[in-house]
Amino acid sequence: MRKKKALTKDRLIWMYAQMVRIREFEERVKRTFVEHPGVIRGHTHLGDGAEATIVGALATRAMNDPAMPSYRCHGYPLVLGTSPRKIMAEIYGRKDGLCGGFGGSMHLADPEHHFPGTSGIIGQAIAHATGAALTAQVKDTGQVVHCFFGDGSTKQGAFYESLNLAAVWRLPIVYILENNHYQAYTHISLEDANCIAGDPLSQKAQAFSMPGVTVDGTDPLKVYAAVRTAAERARSGKGPSLIEAKFYRLSAHGNAITVPPVPTQFPEHEAVEVYGRKAEYAAAKKKDPIPRFRAALIRKGVLRIADAKRIESEAQAEMEDAVQFALASPHPTPAEAVKYVYA
Amino acid sequence: MAREMMYGEAIGAAMTEEMQRDSGVVLYGQNLAMTERDPMLRKFGKKRVRIAPISETAEMGVAVGAAITGLRPIVELWMSEFMLVAFDQLINEAPRLRYMSGGQVKVPLVFKAGYGFAAGWAGQHSNCIYHTMMGIPGLKIALPSTAADAKGLMAAAIRDDNPVVYLHHYMLTLDKGAVPEDEYVIPFGVADVKREGSDVTIVATGWMVKKSLAAAEVLSQQGINAEVIDPRTLAPLDIKTIINSVHKTGGLVLVDQATRHASAAAIIAAEIAEHGSKALKAPIKLVTALDTSIPFSEPLENYVLPNEEKIVSAVKSVVSRQAATV
Ligand SMILES: Cc1ncc(C[n+]2csc(CCOP(=O)(O)OP(=O)(O)O)c2C)c(N)n1
Ligand SMILES: [Mg+2]
Repeated sequence: MRKKKALTKDRLIWMYAQMVRIREFEERVKRTFVEHPGVIRGHTHLGDGAEATIVGALATRAMNDPAMPSYRCHGYPLVLGTSPRKIMAEIYGRKDGLCGGFGGSMHLADPEHHFPGTSGIIGQAIAHATGAALTAQVKDTGQVVHCFFGDGSTKQGAFYESLNLAAVWRLPIVYILENNHYQAYTHISLEDANCIAGDPLSQKAQAFSMPGVTVDGTDPLKVYAAVRTAAERARSGKGPSLIEAKFYRLSAHGNAITVPPVPTQFPEHEAVEVYGRKAEYAAAKKKDPIPRFRAALIRKGVLRIADAKRIESEAQAEMEDAVQFALASPHPTPAEAVKYVYA
Repeated sequence: MAREMMYGEAIGAAMTEEMQRDSGVVLYGQNLAMTERDPMLRKFGKKRVRIAPISETAEMGVAVGAAITGLRPIVELWMSEFMLVAFDQLINEAPRLRYMSGGQVKVPLVFKAGYGFAAGWAGQHSNCIYHTMMGIPGLKIALPSTAADAKGLMAAAIRDDNPVVYLHHYMLTLDKGAVPEDEYVIPFGVADVKREGSDVTIVATGWMVKKSLAAAEVLSQQGINAEVIDPRTLAPLDIKTIINSVHKTGGLVLVDQATRHASAAAIIAAEIAEHGSKALKAPIKLVTALDTSIPFSEPLENYVLPNEEKIVSAVKSVVSRQAATV
């Protein structure tokens, strides 16, 4: 086994910066519902709270490893190098959007940046990611697929079928189960057998005789360590692993579902809105991964306060620019709608 | 006695009444009855009202199993496409079991879902997939277009001894209408004439009924008197009412939010071509979605979907050709 190199100071700072960029981006998406009502249509889901898991996992990437998440997908391409201008413009349904306005928030795709695409149908993309691992294996690219999906998605047949197949075929893939404690409006304790029994969700790995671990998904270094071990295993031909990263979604599931022209905005988090559990939500806010990682890096002397502030204001400027770019971008011309039906 | 009610509310009213009537009716689905405060849960208890995990294959398959052993499940599926995850249960299990058992078992269940959400939900959440189910013997399909129909068809769906796909249109959820407060059951296979007219027949379902009625108003200003018919159920399909109307008007425009070859309109057109062609004074015209997935961006979405203007112009072209043959 290769000797594990510690993360460099620059890499740690890079990780912090990526987390801040994701958060700032999502904040700007959310603010759009207030500042520019009607600009974002349909259903939009934010990744605030997931930053440590996204960045911790993707920081292990090598050989242009592909990343394939669910429909809650804004954060990943930001880390992979996609321009936030293009992502924002897509969410606004504009011509300069990542997918030309054809896909929207739930269906980002940027193959050039190793982000082959997403599905809005729960669990199905787990199979797609498994297929990407087949490509890597057949073509012998050395890549490992990072497959992200929610706790809710593990109730789909596609999850069980894919993990078994991947184990049988020893596919190079890491399954990252984002346990954010909710599937839409439903708390996990109402729908997950492992959770109800007091077991971790990573226990599901045992059904496929593959490694399964649970990590604190609010700590990017813990996620990094677990994903790195799993990715090395996958890259060396030993097959898939399942990693449960536990964190808390900080915004509501998505903007409220309304029938036009009724305006839509983000309601309060379900913990409060549906269950009246204010304390639960307050505790989750306290475990917000970003201030905690910031403080840890400052404590270790990796990050100076001035640098942290610079990173934060750069992210603000970058995402302000993305918003302005997206607002200025025209809508696609209607007749283009028939363009991409067939290759 | 009737009461003003929203379309969405009317569905709930029917479900409540039917659950009161028949203790064998159970309701489950994702993201419902999450807390003790849930009104259905309070009325009917934990045994009969349940939250389900995101597992359509199990949700729908469990309903089939429960139905053949004595329950009448209603499965709340939220969006019609989520049923596609369990295509086998929908197409190859629920409608087949009675037949294969030589008539020994019945499968009384309701798969309830919204559809056609033309509000920026993009390619996987806005589709009209009823055509896929229309040709499956054993399956029934209801698509209400008004609050009253929403109630009456849901009551009928629950009482039916066959698997029923009950599809409510998302864009109609908040639309109000007078709804009978007493027991109200609309028999399946009975079309409703939503507007009487003498010059041309428009057939539409769901949200397209609303669009067609709006188009008919515009047309009436221009001296064209359109009849608007809503079949209300696609299986069984009331072809007779449509043929009778075509005999009166001589022209037929079929409006459907689905893509052309996956539309109910294509099937109705075939039926009329065989059984009503003598009455037609002009070729049938279809107003459907363009052959694309539903795009996200608003102008693209508007472009591919049928709308009032497209209906008006289709009707005018049919009427002008009718006139030419007179
Ligand atoms: C097959 C299917 N069923 C239901 C839905 C509706 N739905 C959208 S998001 C969601 C919750 C998903 O929860 P989870 O997998 O935990 O991901 P999270 O949103 O928490 O990131 C549900 C049920 C869907 N999109 N697809
Ligand atoms: Mg979740």
